[in-house]
Amino acid sequence: MMSMKKIILGLGLLIALTGAALILFVTGTKYIGVHVALILIGAALARQSRYFDDNFYHNASPQAFYPTAGLLIPWFAWLAAVLVIYGLYVSFAIAPTDFQQGEAYRIIFVHVPAAWMSMVIYVAMAFWAGLGLILNARLSAMMAQALAPTGAIFTLLALVTGSLWGKPMWGTYWVWDARLTSELILLFLFLGFIALQSSIDDPRKADRAGALLALVGVVNVPIIYFSVKWWSTLHQGSSINMGAAPKMAATMFEGMIIMALAFWMYTIAVTLIRARCIILERERNSGWVKELATRESSGAKS
Amino acid sequence: MVIKARHKRFILIAIGLALLGLAATLIFNAFSSNMVFFYTPTQVDKGEVPHDTGFRIGGLVSPDSLKRQDDGLTVHFSITDTAKTVPVVYKGVLPDLFKEGKGVVAQGKVGPDGIFVASEVLAKHDENYMPPEAAEALKRAQAQGSTSLVMPK
Amino acid sequence: MQWESWSAFFNMGGYAFYVWLSFGLTALCVIWEVIALHNRNQAALRLIKLLAQQD
Repeated sequence: MMSMKKIILGLGLLIALTGAALILFVTGTKYIGVHVALILIGAALARQSRYFDDNFYHNASPQAFYPTAGLLIPWFAWLAAVLVIYGLYVSFAIAPTDFQQGEAYRIIFVHVPAAWMSMVIYVAMAFWAGLGLILNARLSAMMAQALAPTGAIFTLLALVTGSLWGKPMWGTYWVWDARLTSELILLFLFLGFIALQSSIDDPRKADRAGALLALVGVVNVPIIYFSVKWWSTLHQGSSINMGAAPKMAATMFEGMIIMALAFWMYTIAVTLIRARCIILERERNSGWVKELATRESSGAKS
Repeated sequence: MVIKARHKRFILIAIGLALLGLAATLIFNAFSSNMVFFYTPTQVDKGEVPHDTGFRIGGLVSPDSLKRQDDGLTVHFSITDTAKTVPVVYKGVLPDLFKEGKGVVAQGKVGPDGIFVASEVLAKHDENYMPPEAAEALKRAQAQGSTSLVMPK
Repeated sequence: MQWESWSAFFNMGGYAFYVWLSFGLTALCVIWEVIALHNRNQAALRLIKLLAQQD
């Protein structure tokens, strides 16, 4: 079994790497020191716990992952809840009105985090699917499968909230410009991945087919991100750019970042929950799952 | 050296991805010229626009060009990219953000008199967000000849 | 605080429909996803228990 120490170190590693990725994404090279420090902390923790050394293949088994995920879920769920409350407070009580869009701009506090998450989740899904393909690891493929529905939901939310923002500001719910079209393609990629996986009965074959689709679709992510630079679009450019000061007031920027972090933590929590469901469904004939199910339903909930 | 099945698969995937990247690059080059959502007034002036079908013009609404007809629905204005200007006539409701000096994208056709008859007018706003007081201060600073555009905190 | 009254807050400068529908739909999706996952977990546990009893 996993020791408590290992679990705490694993949690630290996950948070450090998540923070490092977010800081890199938002500030570019400006806070490179913080970024490097976070990566070093993450690497040190990984080394310390030998998480990726001798125990990698043990920890990568669904049986070892199941209880670890169960311990991590409440942490991420509470973190998400606290961040959402704080984020909504900043978005509605602290952030001022906008000089040209008035109060309608406040849709940005769900629209942009949802759009960011749609892209981040797709890349994460493709990463796990690809890793599953290379290492032939079941758990990696299960992680990809667990990420897809949440990714589809955030993509749909980015499209719908964008549409609800476009109507009062631009004067239309929808236009076929490069940004909107490529985000719609992302939704089809998520739905295609889910449909392809569920249409193939043999789970290992389904994993391989899904992984290929996920990897092919990755080209769409930079297209979405740079579409507003490469082509003339109705959608405005990015307010947040690598290595440049954000083109928005500090409190507005803060609200957006906190909401994005909240969505991120929520994503990790629901993905771990879904991964546990997938493990139960796919390993239902193995002894440890049967033992666990009888134990959990006989009152002693973990 | 023994090549494991795992390594072989990895090499195959790497080759596949490289091919895919190449294909994507080629597709971009082919499409980038066709992925135009709107044309600028300069392009319209040079005739670099579709002649038989409708198209979109994007630019800024020229200052002091907006005139309403007596029916209250038909509006005349012109779109400029500061080099060239195209006169536009439109019958319909304008979006909230439509303002002189602000971004606009209009869909329609050039009439025989050289006036662009728009069937749809959309507002295009920029990616700057700030409180009205900050926008005022920025405007004043610009009027005084300050060239540095610093984002107010 | 940005608002003079609660009604001003709910009115969102005239954009209440668009702003509140955006936030409402997001909340709805989150709630739906959590409930769906809870049901999926329960169904999986029920099935496994059934399979275990058949052994």
